[in-house]
Amino acid sequence: MSDAAAPVSGGAIQAITMPKWGLAMEEGKVSAWMAEEGAAIESGEEILEIETTKITNVFESPIAGTLRRRVVAEGETVPVGALLGVAAGADTPDAEIEAFIADFQANFVVEAADTADAPEAEAITVAGRALSHLRMGPEDGGAIVLVHGFGGDLNGWLFNQPVLAETQRVYAMDLPGHGRAEKAVGGLDVAALAALLADYMAAVGTGPAHLVGHSMGGAVALKLALDNPDLVQRLTLLAPAGLGRELNVDYVRGFAEAERRKEIKSLLQQLFADPELVSRDMVNEVQKYKRLDGVNAALRTLADTLFPDGHQALVMKDRLESLAMPVQVIWGDEDSIVPPAHAEGLPANVRLQILEKIGHMPQMEAAGEVNRLIAEFGS
Amino acid sequence: MLQLSKEDLVRAYTQMRTIRDFEERVHEEFAGGSIPGFVHLYAGEEASAVGVCMNLNDKDNIASTHRGHGHCIAKGCDVKGMMQEIYGRRGGLCGGKGGSMHIADLSKGMMGANGIVGGGPPLICGAALSAKTLGTGGVAVAFVGDGGSNQGTTLESYNLAKVWNLPAVFVVEDNGYAESTASSWSVGGSQIKRAEAFGMEGFEVDGHDFFAVYEAARDVIAKARDGGGPSLLHVRLNRYFGHFEGDAMTYRPDGEVDGLRQQRDSLAIFRQRVGETGLLDAAEMDEIDRSVAGLIDEAVGESVAAPPPTRDDLTTDVYVTY
Amino acid sequence: MAKKSFRQAINEALAMEMRRDPTVILMGEDVAGGMGAAGEDDAWGGPLGVTKGLMPEFGRDRVLDTPISESAFVGAAAGAAATGLRPVAELMFVDFMGVCLDQIFNQAGKFRYMFGGKAVTPMVVRTMYGAGFRAASQHSQCLYPVFTHMPGLKVAIPSSPYEAKGLLIQAIRDDDPVIFFEHKVMYDDEEEVPDEAYTIPFGEANLTREGDDVTIVAIGRMVQFANQVADKLEGEGIGCTVVDPRTTSPLDEDTILECVEDTGRLVIVDEASPRCNIATDISALVSERAFSALKAPIRMVTPPHTPVPFAAELEDLYIPGPEQIEEAVRSVMGAQA
Repeated sequence: MSDAAAPVSGGAIQAITMPKWGLAMEEGKVSAWMAEEGAAIESGEEILEIETTKITNVFESPIAGTLRRRVVAEGETVPVGALLGVAAGADTPDAEIEAFIADFQANFVVEAADTADAPEAEAITVAGRALSHLRMGPEDGGAIVLVHGFGGDLNGWLFNQPVLAETQRVYAMDLPGHGRAEKAVGGLDVAALAALLADYMAAVGTGPAHLVGHSMGGAVALKLALDNPDLVQRLTLLAPAGLGRELNVDYVRGFAEAERRKEIKSLLQQLFADPELVSRDMVNEVQKYKRLDGVNAALRTLADTLFPDGHQALVMKDRLESLAMPVQVIWGDEDSIVPPAHAEGLPANVRLQILEKIGHMPQMEAAGEVNRLIAEFGS
Repeated sequence: MLQLSKEDLVRAYTQMRTIRDFEERVHEEFAGGSIPGFVHLYAGEEASAVGVCMNLNDKDNIASTHRGHGHCIAKGCDVKGMMQEIYGRRGGLCGGKGGSMHIADLSKGMMGANGIVGGGPPLICGAALSAKTLGTGGVAVAFVGDGGSNQGTTLESYNLAKVWNLPAVFVVEDNGYAESTASSWSVGGSQIKRAEAFGMEGFEVDGHDFFAVYEAARDVIAKARDGGGPSLLHVRLNRYFGHFEGDAMTYRPDGEVDGLRQQRDSLAIFRQRVGETGLLDAAEMDEIDRSVAGLIDEAVGESVAAPPPTRDDLTTDVYVTY
Repeated sequence: MAKKSFRQAINEALAMEMRRDPTVILMGEDVAGGMGAAGEDDAWGGPLGVTKGLMPEFGRDRVLDTPISESAFVGAAAGAAATGLRPVAELMFVDFMGVCLDQIFNQAGKFRYMFGGKAVTPMVVRTMYGAGFRAASQHSQCLYPVFTHMPGLKVAIPSSPYEAKGLLIQAIRDDDPVIFFEHKVMYDDEEEVPDEAYTIPFGEANLTREGDDVTIVAIGRMVQFANQVADKLEGEGIGCTVVDPRTTSPLDEDTILECVEDTGRLVIVDEASPRCNIATDISALVSERAFSALKAPIRMVTPPHTPVPFAAELEDLYIPGPEQIEEAVRSVMGAQA
């Protein structure tokens, strides 16, 4: 990213609109502007903080130019697609800016929340297990498979899957014990989960894919890459398990046992560098998941299997260099669940990205950066 | 006497004597001021509770009335635990939280004495439904008084037991008085015809005669156990004490109780009839009397000395979880 | 996840628990319907069709039609619960408690205490409550404060289809007697309800909205109205926290007190008659334990102290609505120094 440039002259008038983060998002609230009117903005520069019912996230400018108008004030809530601001050349006359805004507002139609063609998660049976998955993106794109972590589910990729699916076929699935998958997890260790992931990829016909695994899902993805390298074209590991013995076992145990709202909220806050990001809806969704029959027992069983005696049972760090496909590891430096220290001393074939002031959920807390790293990796 | 073995006769006599001594002793101790609250005594009615419950086992349930000590003893409740409960002791059957009117032991199928007249029959419909649904082979018996026989709950239960064809038996213990009001005045029609009106068989039984009650109960309980539905026994008997302890019984004619004790006493009738058979002799029954007297002495002595519940007990046992 | 009605949510909870546990049985007037009649079987499936389809699946031995005889069958539920079954008895309208209350509060509710902790009475009484059906004085009351008052009983009042399924499954699995209130005008309300079984624990309030200025505690159907008001006023910069206690016994006192500590203002919305209702109870709680946090007097939004009227114009006036809630919120905001 280059240094902030001087105000840009010339260039077309461009709209900055409310993004759609996740299928359920209908509106967002501008909680803060991070750029002043009249300032030059870069594509990819953080210019806004947007609060959805799910999470607050920074919004990176999709365009470059001079920010001429903040159309939506801080604290206002507007629908997806609504005009947030306008960028143009520094010398574009005010009258043209006003005319552009007037024209945009006159023609703006709120998109129906649940359009009939919106993709939905589907039930699928793989190797006798009832799972759930969501496929997005063009038929002919390269394949990306997203594997969530302990206690997560396919909805956790809401900031990533739609964006990556603009050019690629992107699959997200619920592992057993999670999301809408069956809750029986007896006998499932990392190797068994990796084998199940391979069966899933065969069942839905992903073909060789770019595997993206987060935390526990990172260990599963890595194990699959080691056991079945033909299936894995590229490997992205986000705050992965499997690279060291330690992890925050108090979090894991606490998450498996927690029932009350306050307990769950304080646990979720540990996942982020900025605890303010944890919204009421995020807590509610986790609480709804944990109330399902069998979930707490499944989480306890998985924790007992994967993290016996408070440590990770399977450490694969010394096998990373045997991998022939491109491998990258992305870690937040404020991860308090899986220590970023596990990223020290990685072999030369692994690209490492440490994200500053980011916790255990880089795919949410630094969604734009992570999306870019995934999309660009190896292409 | 029929098929009753010597063992059965010993058990029946022991239970009847235990009820009698228990109640006579509670009467004395209550008068002496050592027992709190309301107490309703069963003395005089022993043959009914024992005659019915001799046909039951621990899988069978009974619901009792405010006059429940006799039913508890006949259904196998621990006598010392009962006495401690009446004294309001922590070691009582209900931890001192229930008292005389709420003694229960569900493990014995005793679903509780009941402070609400007519409270028991609907519960017995439920217990009978459990037995039927779970296939336990159990039956459920509701004891009600002549007073309780006029409650809507009782009449509704007759109907429900009939339409659901439940293994239930209703035993109306008619001691002649609902509190101070004569059953000859307060009961319209007849108990038997009430049963018949709901499609049940009903039998009138002499409640002073253990053997009469035993045989009548045996038949209707067996019928219920076999899926034949509910029946009713109208047991005529008498109580020796007031509605509650402290009742001067001014509504009863002078000498009524004395006459009953002399001529219609269930224990005396039992001794006489058993003596005629030679299965149990007077000396053996005298020995039972001495043994029961000792048990009641011990029960009272232990209850007097036993500790009361504590402050911590006040707020426990309200919910399983809260 | 599919959208389901409140009615479907209840039906699904019952069906799932009956499949899971053979000791769960249903009983009530016309829960199947057509018993002994020559016409259709499962003719009603409950007076408002809530239990439709359960008798065909589970049979007449587990879905028991009863005579119109509430004392007998509610008492039978208590007796059955104490002897090994998990009965769910349907008291068609809570207004009928007058003919069976003894069996609920003197029998079922007290067994455990009277018997020294040795009784377990896992019964549920499902019952319809609430005004808005033009059903007049004997079919429209709330009455949950009466049951809340009685030790030994638990009282659940779901405010939406999701809540209804989770709270009913919890009620059926709970080892204590539970009175479960279903608002008769909410049966067609829809929202997303998971297909799986899930439980919502008793005694944990739900925050359906969060704001900094006013706490609105609302019961049952009133939660919807409170949410509407909170959404409207948010646009004006007045932030409301809406607390749905879910159960009035046990009551999540901590959450209510914490919310009042945060906002300093309290409005309580209760459809029950105003004397000795949940609003007065929560008002007393907050007055005693969070008085110093209050920036304005507590406001209670309730119906008048009258029976529920029949005429539509009168009943509409009777039921607390969003307008009164909004007025109360504005008044506690206005009281700010």
